[in-house]
Amino acid sequence: MSALLEVRGLRTVFPTRRGPVAAADGVDLTIAAGEALGVVGESGSGKSVTFLSVLGLVRPPGRVVAGEIRFDGRDLRRLPRAELRALRGRQMALAMQDALSALNPAFTIGQQLCETLVAHGLARTEAEARPQAAALLDKVGIPSAAQRLDDYPHQFSGGMRQRAMIAIALAGRPRLLVADEPTTALDVTLRAQVLDLLDDLRRQDGLALALITHDLAVVAERCARVMVMYAGQVVESGPTAEVIVAPRHPYTRGLLESLPRLEDPDRPLHPIPGQVPDLARVDAGCRFRNRCPLAVPDCAKPVPLAEAGVGRLSRCIRAAEVA
Amino acid sequence: MTASRLVERLLQTLPVLFGISVIVFLMITLTPGDPVEIMLADSRATPEQAEQLRRDLGLHLPLHERFLVFLGNAVTGDFGVSFFHRRPVIEVILERLPATIELTLAAMLLALAVAIPLGVAAAVKRDTWLDRALSAASLFGVSLPGFWFGILLILLFSVTLGLFPVGGRTPFDLEVARVSGFLLVDTLLAGRLDAFAAALRHLALPAVTLGLPTAALLARVVRSSMAEVLTSDYVLFAEAKGISRARVLLRHALKNALIPVVTVAAIETGSLLGGNMIVETVFGWPGLGRLVVESIFARNYPLVQAAVLLYAVTYVTLNFLADVAYTALNPKVRL
Repeated sequence: MSALLEVRGLRTVFPTRRGPVAAADGVDLTIAAGEALGVVGESGSGKSVTFLSVLGLVRPPGRVVAGEIRFDGRDLRRLPRAELRALRGRQMALAMQDALSALNPAFTIGQQLCETLVAHGLARTEAEARPQAAALLDKVGIPSAAQRLDDYPHQFSGGMRQRAMIAIALAGRPRLLVADEPTTALDVTLRAQVLDLLDDLRRQDGLALALITHDLAVVAERCARVMVMYAGQVVESGPTAEVIVAPRHPYTRGLLESLPRLEDPDRPLHPIPGQVPDLARVDAGCRFRNRCPLAVPDCAKPVPLAEAGVGRLSRCIRAAEVA
Repeated sequence: MTASRLVERLLQTLPVLFGISVIVFLMITLTPGDPVEIMLADSRATPEQAEQLRRDLGLHLPLHERFLVFLGNAVTGDFGVSFFHRRPVIEVILERLPATIELTLAAMLLALAVAIPLGVAAAVKRDTWLDRALSAASLFGVSLPGFWFGILLILLFSVTLGLFPVGGRTPFDLEVARVSGFLLVDTLLAGRLDAFAAALRHLALPAVTLGLPTAALLARVVRSSMAEVLTSDYVLFAEAKGISRARVLLRHALKNALIPVVTVAAIETGSLLGGNMIVETVFGWPGLGRLVVESIFARNYPLVQAAVLLYAVTYVTLNFLADVAYTALNPKVRL
């Protein structure tokens, strides 16, 4: 499998009053064509920032200061703005958590769909784009799609809106979809529908998927590979099934133990004690050590992301002892 | 907006207008100064003649009766006879109104033409030197007193540089058929480009004087509204679609950012009508504002009452139109 997206040493910094904060710090990741990568971590762990950096959408004053972002062999950080824009929507797309706020309230669903088609040369005029737009809505399962093109976002139900947003993101037939918490705002039945839709698109069209979520259950179900982030860094990555059964980083294990289990509902939950460190004041050592049951003095030294089994990486000097 | 909702909204304005007519009537009537004395100041009228005039004008009636007469007539569109002009008030006002509307619209268009680009630029370049410079400039603009700024403009551009006329609305010798009463329209209808240019030159300084503080205010509204919209998810999503930056800013962001601007601009247009009184006086602009100022000095009750009521109606109507425009811009709001 050749990598569609390959990120090395990504560092994205936001200036704050208390000094610069690296919201993504030395992030490495790979996604192959047609692959679904689950990206897990709590809020502020750098999941979203990492992928906004890939898309070139980090909002100033934040900016990518280091690293290499290769998409289909091209280094995106060296691309002129116009070329990067041409890739956005066409090669890589973004689906957001809350469709109600991601869709422009002042334009119809049809306008927002057609606009993307025209921008990427898939239709010459918005009128010419309408049949394609209707087909896209139909594809994501919106009934009587052609009639609903003239609806405004607020006239759609929550689930339809989420699917319409995905249709808009996919209008340019991208090869990579970054889905940032695409189901968090939905109730359980709609969640399954949207995830099924993403699965289908991946299988049929070879769409690569970066599924950003804090819901490990969703990743377990939908993604062959998972990457766990903590305090701006990748702490563990590997095949989802193996990571869940035998985590190689204490944070991943902590996450798993904090979840309820169907087969053992009476098992007490174990929240991870302590607080995420202040990103403005982190040192070179392991960022989880203040909460880690396995911490030893050597954890204060820099910890690289190292191999921990076949196709597995862990940023822990005691990876072998975690399990 | 449905027709019934429209009518309902219009009916809601009636109590406001009634309240204003009461206040206006009381204010001018209770202000010291007798209109009959002022009107007869230069003539040697006998007390009998003065009493006759008082009766003719209806001023001998008790206050509440005078109010009822005023209100009854006003409802039928009759605001009485201007003490000073000896002609129906409504006629005098309508004669002066186009000049005021022309000046107000010119000032507002100028304000919007300045405020929208500057406000957008400040929001896009947020927290840069440009943003700070524009913010300082707009604070200065908002604080400009019209009478002082107008005089400064006259001194510089009319007296020193001779670029614009000192005052008035037209050159004295201008003869153009009055069709709409708006000189810019009438001169074009008559095919007189020279007269159009002259009218424009007369309009320039008063419009700038009136419009600049409004431009400064609106620029602040545009900036804050646009800055907020620019942090929204839909702007990020639009950028992720790969459409051009210009389109994201001017279409996706601006359409939403203008919603509050429309409301403020409509209400400000009403305030400009009031601001006209000062600017029209400074520039000798033959509009309603100057007429009202003159009428207040002359205790010309019927005219002041009608004019203030007209201001109120205009203000209420503009608010109403702002709501309609708000609906048109924001599909989520259905009145």
